[in-house]
Amino acid sequence: MLKVENLRLGFTAGKKTLAAVDGISFSIEKGETFALLGESGCGKSATAQGIMRLLPAAGRILEGNVALEGEPLLSLSEADMRAYRGGRMAMIFQEPATSLNPVLTVGRQIGEVLERHLDLRGDAATERMVDLLRQVGIADPERRLTEYPFQLSGGMKQRVMIAIALAGEPELLIADEPTTALDVTVQDQILDLLAKIQVDRGMGMLLITHDLGVVARMAHRIGVMYAGELVEVASREEFFTQPRHPYTQALFEALPEISRRGLKLTTIPGQVPSLAAMPAGCRFADRCAHVMPVCREVSPPWREVADGHSVRCQWQGSAAEDDGTRHAVTELDIDPGKPFLQVSDLKVHFPIRKGFLQRTVGHVRAVDGVSLAISAGSTLALVGESGCGKTTVGKALLQLIQPTAGSVTLGGSELVGLKGRRLRDARRHMQMIFQDPFASLNPRLRVGEIIAEGMGALGVETDPEARAAAVSALLKQVGLPDDAGDRYPHEFSGGQRQRIAIARALAVQPELLICDEPTSALDVSVQAQILNLLKSLQAELGIAYLFITHNFAVVEYLAHDIAVMYLGRIVEQGRAEEVLRSPRHPYTQALLSAVPVPNLDARADIIRLPGETPSPANPPSGCHFHPRCPKATDVCRQGYPGVTEVSGTHVVRCHLVA
Amino acid sequence: MASATVLLAFILIGLLDSLHYRAQLESKPGQKAVYAVEVLSVLDALAAPLRSRNEKTYSAPFATRLYAKETIDVPGQGTVRDYPRLKHGGKHLGEREDEVAEDAAFTAFKAGVLAFIGWLGVFGAVVTVNRKKCPKLKLREATFAWDAVLLTLLLILVIAVPLFWLSGYYHVFGTDKVGQDVLYQILKSVRTGLIIGLVTTLVMLPMAVLLGIVAGYFRGWVDDVIQYIYTVLNSIPGVLLIAAAVLMMQVVIDTHPQWFSTAAERADLRLLALCFILGITSWTGLCRLLRGETLKLRELEYIQAAQAFGVSSWRIIVRHILPNLMHIVIIALVMDFSGLVLAEAVLSYVGIGVDPTMTSFGTMINNARMELGREPVVWWSLAAAFSAMFILVLAANLFADAVRDAFDPRAA
Amino acid sequence: MLAYIARRLLYALPILIGVNLVTFALFFVVNTPDDMARMQLGVKRVTPEAIEKWKVERGYDKPLLINAEAGGLASVTNTIFFEKSARMFVGDFGRAEDGRDIAREIGNRMLPSLAIALPTFILGLFVTITFALTLAFFRATAFDFWGVVLCVAMMSISGLFYIIGGQYLISKVWRLVPISGFGAGLEAWRFLILPVLIGVVSGIGSGTRWYRTIFLDEITKDYVRTARAKGLPEALILFRHVLRNGMTPILTQSIVAIPTLFMGALVMESFFGIPGLGSYTIDAINAQDFAVVRSMVFIGAVLYIVALLLTDISYTVADPRIRLQ
Ligand SMILES: Nc1ncnc2c1ncn2[C@@H]1O[C@H](COP(=O)(O)OP(=O)(O)OP(=O)(O)O)[C@@H](O)[C@H]1O
Ligand code: SF4
Ligand code: SF4
Ligand SMILES: [Mg+2]
Repeated sequence: MLKVENLRLGFTAGKKTLAAVDGISFSIEKGETFALLGESGCGKSATAQGIMRLLPAAGRILEGNVALEGEPLLSLSEADMRAYRGGRMAMIFQEPATSLNPVLTVGRQIGEVLERHLDLRGDAATERMVDLLRQVGIADPERRLTEYPFQLSGGMKQRVMIAIALAGEPELLIADEPTTALDVTVQDQILDLLAKIQVDRGMGMLLITHDLGVVARMAHRIGVMYAGELVEVASREEFFTQPRHPYTQALFEALPEISRRGLKLTTIPGQVPSLAAMPAGCRFADRCAHVMPVCREVSPPWREVADGHSVRCQWQGSAAEDDGTRHAVTELDIDPGKPFLQVSDLKVHFPIRKGFLQRTVGHVRAVDGVSLAISAGSTLALVGESGCGKTTVGKALLQLIQPTAGSVTLGGSELVGLKGRRLRDARRHMQMIFQDPFASLNPRLRVGEIIAEGMGALGVETDPEARAAAVSALLKQVGLPDDAGDRYPHEFSGGQRQRIAIARALAVQPELLICDEPTSALDVSVQAQILNLLKSLQAELGIAYLFITHNFAVVEYLAHDIAVMYLGRIVEQGRAEEVLRSPRHPYTQALLSAVPVPNLDARADIIRLPGETPSPANPPSGCHFHPRCPKATDVCRQGYPGVTEVSGTHVVRCHLVA
Repeated sequence: MASATVLLAFILIGLLDSLHYRAQLESKPGQKAVYAVEVLSVLDALAAPLRSRNEKTYSAPFATRLYAKETIDVPGQGTVRDYPRLKHGGKHLGEREDEVAEDAAFTAFKAGVLAFIGWLGVFGAVVTVNRKKCPKLKLREATFAWDAVLLTLLLILVIAVPLFWLSGYYHVFGTDKVGQDVLYQILKSVRTGLIIGLVTTLVMLPMAVLLGIVAGYFRGWVDDVIQYIYTVLNSIPGVLLIAAAVLMMQVVIDTHPQWFSTAAERADLRLLALCFILGITSWTGLCRLLRGETLKLRELEYIQAAQAFGVSSWRIIVRHILPNLMHIVIIALVMDFSGLVLAEAVLSYVGIGVDPTMTSFGTMINNARMELGREPVVWWSLAAAFSAMFILVLAANLFADAVRDAFDPRAA
Repeated sequence: MLAYIARRLLYALPILIGVNLVTFALFFVVNTPDDMARMQLGVKRVTPEAIEKWKVERGYDKPLLINAEAGGLASVTNTIFFEKSARMFVGDFGRAEDGRDIAREIGNRMLPSLAIALPTFILGLFVTITFALTLAFFRATAFDFWGVVLCVAMMSISGLFYIIGGQYLISKVWRLVPISGFGAGLEAWRFLILPVLIGVVSGIGSGTRWYRTIFLDEITKDYVRTARAKGLPEALILFRHVLRNGMTPILTQSIVAIPTLFMGALVMESFFGIPGLGSYTIDAINAQDFAVVRSMVFIGAVLYIVALLLTDISYTVADPRIRLQ
């Protein structure tokens, strides 16, 4: 139905035009989902935008053909193209929060499409809109039509986006990372919805994603992109059983998962070549484990390895043989009996001010009674969906946010309420690594200065020469070149920046590192590098980690203990095996089942949670989880469940277990 | 980027102008010791012929005769009413008064050629220096836009040199009511405008930066107090506040005549005071802007990382916040500059600007405005003042644009 | 929403008090009434008696803040601060040098001032937004480029030039409308049209450029991409989507521009001989009538705060997020 041939797209920068997408061809049948998979910057979005002819101002279509049902799209006039956009082909975007117009009602925004493409107005249009909203699973559609986007939750906004896309009755739906910005349980709902709609309407779908799990769940056929080129196209079965391109294979290898605990993850060395300096031959050559001389000379041709499975590679081998790149990482023997950081009943409430004189009318209970313990040299993972208070816990531990109540004791001394010198001394023992490697380094300081800052402030190393030596030792430890210290952060990639951030934290020799989603902004292959680094640092230095994340794969790979948070409270806590293998809390169970797994055996037993996390300003009475809990009973609505010990190390807060 | 090329060169004018001004300040103390009565500047010295060769009253540009009829004695004919000959304008022509056009054109051409030769010299120097550094590089592709600079330099030289050359023989822009050369007045006005722009900026800068960052960083009651102060100052319309303050300053000056030994000193003080008042009324905008930015910055992770190390607040402000705000400060300053030059004209017109005896665009326009009523119209003074101001402000505006584009890729 | 507006109103009160204190400090603390008297009466030949008389006539002979002699409540009320500053809150501004009641004078002159300021503001907003949208529509073309160049040139021209030039050309050379003056009732429009026109024209340059930047900022946002993906025509996207979202920053921008309206009014009214607040202020400045200038500072602040309130209210119209929360 859709046929893309040799599409080339470029972005103009100054006088030059750099090709971001360099000659890709694929086709999509009716009723089929074609997934474009690739790391950030490989040109997935550009391809999608090119097909819709929606490239940003700097974008140019250089060459190629795009045909929908045989009609060439690229030669249409702009006015004719508009009849296609939103009509026969529609698109949904990654960020539901910014993709809707904030000052127009939902009804208006859907109505526009009806008016434009179906010439529907007035009551007929309203009827159709109510119908559409119902189809995308929005309750009370009549009321929602008159509401504005800010009155909807993230998942609902994405549903509205889907309704807008469906309004023009498209034959082709392009979804650009439709669930990346959403929580796991909500992602689950949206993926379900997309799959159902596609079957009902027999649409073709182009799904763009970087998540192998989402691919496994949704795609019929898959195209893998690397540096602006398509490198492998395969059916779902072939793709997951016999990936042929070395890049695809490496992507699978780099995934952290439970079976790889205690092993070093395979990483892809180096980085994606920049657009300005593309190698002449195979673009993956510099990073490929099977590189041959011929690879660097000619761009590899397409080779059909099985029916409907082609790959663009010179290498004829098939499966990745285990060539010993995975080394076992020595794990420390942890003595679980000796917690060295103890948090009890920690609370952080932010006041909500309202009315005339900004009186405090309530509190956002971001953290509402959290108790934790971390032993030396071990990793505690704090998992939960966005807004549950994970980051706030981390900051409150470091006293970056003043806790409202509770205590944090480090090696026996109380931190809450410490001031000045004493607090500074305590901070030597704990440091933090932040989520966004681009925001966490001051762009105007040299890397060396960034790393040395903490040493100066905490008086670790006062002699300038010793400090310089320490900095270069640290750079080496985190695997950065020696001259990195004299350069500025913008010269480094995301993964390298995260290494710098780690070096900065290590500079004061802390015993505990609080890692706030340190890999969520990174690609899988880079994530693997950072996880390996963290793991080997733990083995060498015996550092404990508080690992804040929403990514279960990382948790499975790394954590010794797990604490699951929901709305400011910990609902389940225990040894990693206990929580992952035999979760007892309904929320943990649902969360674990909703994570899309990157293999063929789709789980039949996904527990679907309705709705979304409520606001911590106004949590539901009784058990906070009861409005979404599939097993809720009357008791649950009345009181918050107490702590139940399942085993010596495994505790749960649920009436069901008690 | 055709626009960017023009911009760069206008900076040059600005620089040149400010050089005048600085040279003048330096020379002031020394000269004052000798002649206490009249304060001169380097500019005055350079333009001495312009300053001293006054006519009696109005004369049009390039005129050889006055603009008003007078009773003159012509030897042999007794007294007649005629346009008398100028004392200075076109004196060298003697009797050949009708050859003004040819003579002026010829002189201009001579000077133009000279300017062009001078420019060729500069051009050659630039090319050779560049060749040495990187032999292959073509001038058009250099990172620094040499071609634009050179081109505009040519333009400036070709216009300015003949202008000054001619001004030795004629009143290029005519003379005003009391016979002063308009070109000279304009040069002086540029200096006034620049002082107002620069000194005001210097006054408001520390206040705005310090208070803005402190309010944004510490928040809480400090923020409330600072916000309150600038909201109050902001809610008094600027002109009125300035008017009130200037009026009060006038009272101080008038009731303490013993403080000033010369009229020029008084005018200077009034100018400085005006700058202060403008500074106090105009810091609020920048302060608000910086507060907002600091609020955003302080939530950034690198600031939190520094806090996690226990780096002291002041150190965080100096090391992390200030450098990341500098571009905003610079952009705002350059943008304000042109506004200040324009504001001076209006304020002086209203009577709350600089001392009436001081030459500035405002006072020039104010004086010249009356002359529009005459028949036939005396247009040159006004036209010259407006065009000079236009060029100055345009240069500043374009420069502001260039600065903004350089720091803020978004707003290109 | 009502609470929002009420809070805004309440917030205005401390600000007015602040303004009042600032004017008080400026007029009575920086200079003593003695200084003012000396200035008014001529510095050289002034006798202490004359000064005393001048002060008594105007009520400046009282103590500044606390009147220790008068007991009870009068120790606070019988002072310069209370008589001259605090009473401005109830609209009592005292008398001008020529003996007229300032409050009444202000009341009389308010109408002509508004008759110029309001049309200038509204028409100016309309014209500049139209131009800015047009430029945004043709963005990245030669038309846009030269449009911006024209804007920069126009904003580099002194406002005085627009006034003098406009007056000269339209009134004197073409004789289309009277040069200056003001008529009563409906006849007034003939006198108003030129100042309003000039006011609008002089604001075009900076306004258009500002709003164009705002629109271009909006155009890069995700929701615009969504609108394009719906297949809507570009003009509709600009009008329905971009304009509505751009209104909030534009309104914010126009608050900042309000003080320049005052500046414009000052000059404009004196040029065109319109008996408004602006010319009143200029006359007072030239006559060194302290009482009038002081009152005008206060009134100016009040007007500014009222304008601020109106903007706040118009936010609620433009932005549902404020209206509904
Ligand atoms: N507006 C732009 N101007 C210049 N270059 C751009 C622009 N947008 C994207 N690019 C470049 O084009 C390439 C492909 O970008 P694209 O957005 O398609 O990547 P992607 O695969 O969707 O990545 P992600 O997973 O991060 O969304 C990148 O190298 C990017 O830097
Ligand atoms: S063509 Fe060569 S370098 Fe490229 S992926 Fe295949 S084996 Fe590796
Ligand atoms: S307490 Fe009740 S509602 Fe809460 S998780 Fe357990 S079963 Fe569900
Ligand atoms: Mg993308």
